[in-house]
Amino acid sequence: MRYALSLTLTLIALWLAISGVYKPLLFILGASSVVLVVWLSLRMDVVGVEHNPGLYFPKLFAYWAWLVGQIVTANLHVARRVLSPGKIRPHVIEVPVCQHTAVSRVTYANSCTLTPGTVTLDITPDKMRVHALDDASAEGLLSGQMANKVLWLEGQAQSKRPSP
Amino acid sequence: MSEVVIDLISGGLLLGGGLIGVLGALGVLRFPDFYSRLHAAGMTDTLCALMIIAGLIMQTGLSLLTLKLALILLFLLFTAPTATHALARAALSDGVQPTQDSQTAPPNDHHGSENESSNT
Amino acid sequence: MMGVYVISVLLVFLTMALALVRALKGPTIYDRILAVNVIGTKTVLVVALISVFSGNGDLVDVALVYALINFLAVVAVMKLARCGDLAATHTPPSGSDHAHE
Repeated sequence: MRYALSLTLTLIALWLAISGVYKPLLFILGASSVVLVVWLSLRMDVVGVEHNPGLYFPKLFAYWAWLVGQIVTANLHVARRVLSPGKIRPHVIEVPVCQHTAVSRVTYANSCTLTPGTVTLDITPDKMRVHALDDASAEGLLSGQMANKVLWLEGQAQSKRPSP
Repeated sequence: MSEVVIDLISGGLLLGGGLIGVLGALGVLRFPDFYSRLHAAGMTDTLCALMIIAGLIMQTGLSLLTLKLALILLFLLFTAPTATHALARAALSDGVQPTQDSQTAPPNDHHGSENESSNT
Repeated sequence: MMGVYVISVLLVFLTMALALVRALKGPTIYDRILAVNVIGTKTVLVVALISVFSGNGDLVDVALVYALINFLAVVAVMKLARCGDLAATHTPPSGSDHAHE
């Protein structure tokens, strides 16, 4: 029920922010869409199963800021490789995954795909197969910096992480 | 004076975003196999969108438009890795083999790799 | 500032043109879907650029919706190409003839 409530509040805020026109008719339409979406989500049993909106809230923005920095450096690296395509060495590596919850595993895999140079091909609970563009991209991931950041986001102590 | 500075920064961001986009598309065109092209396409999806939207946000100042632009960026950054991962997975399950370097086992003889080698 | 705007729109158009070449060249259907995905993302950016610089704020909503539809379309086309049926519940064995024409 808590999740249904937070979903409702989020949807109301989204509607008010995007709509920009505040007239009675629009409010009625918005309220009915919110009710419809929440009812559908409850009926599909997806509320609170996969996501917990408030879970990471304060840390999430710090993580995003760090991720944007990573994206910029990775992009510049791939841009250099585009200009000299002879230097690429595409290969598949296996990276250990030590996150405990499904949400943080997905966060890890998605962050890895979002940084150019590494694309997650397949993920199992304890490791994932990653396609790397060249050695530098692969090393960036294997160094475990991103894994540590996601663990920090998850709220686990870093010492629990088994060394790769 | 600050107007000029904002114009300069946002202009730089817009042009830089466009250039990164062109570089990424060039990579999509030049890289030899499908999985490498995924990286180049990811480049146009992330930094290009990031820089252009950031440049536009600086132009609009603080308004409802800013929020919508930020939402566009959020949607793009959430859907881009999902689409990339789904593409990579679909291609992998269809038998398009990633090129392996010489140290690891050679890829299976499969029509997926044949098809790629005919292109390079 | 208007010159910068025109140049950046032209750069994004150039990106789309290069992606279109890849979409036409293939060789696998996944290359084509990848290129179409790139074109779709760039369409969102072009709409956002035009909307801000023409001062027509309503167009941003179009970009917002297009960003969502583009993702759904790419996933749907991918499933159609892979399974041949949008309602399919299983994946066909690897190397089915859909991927390589």
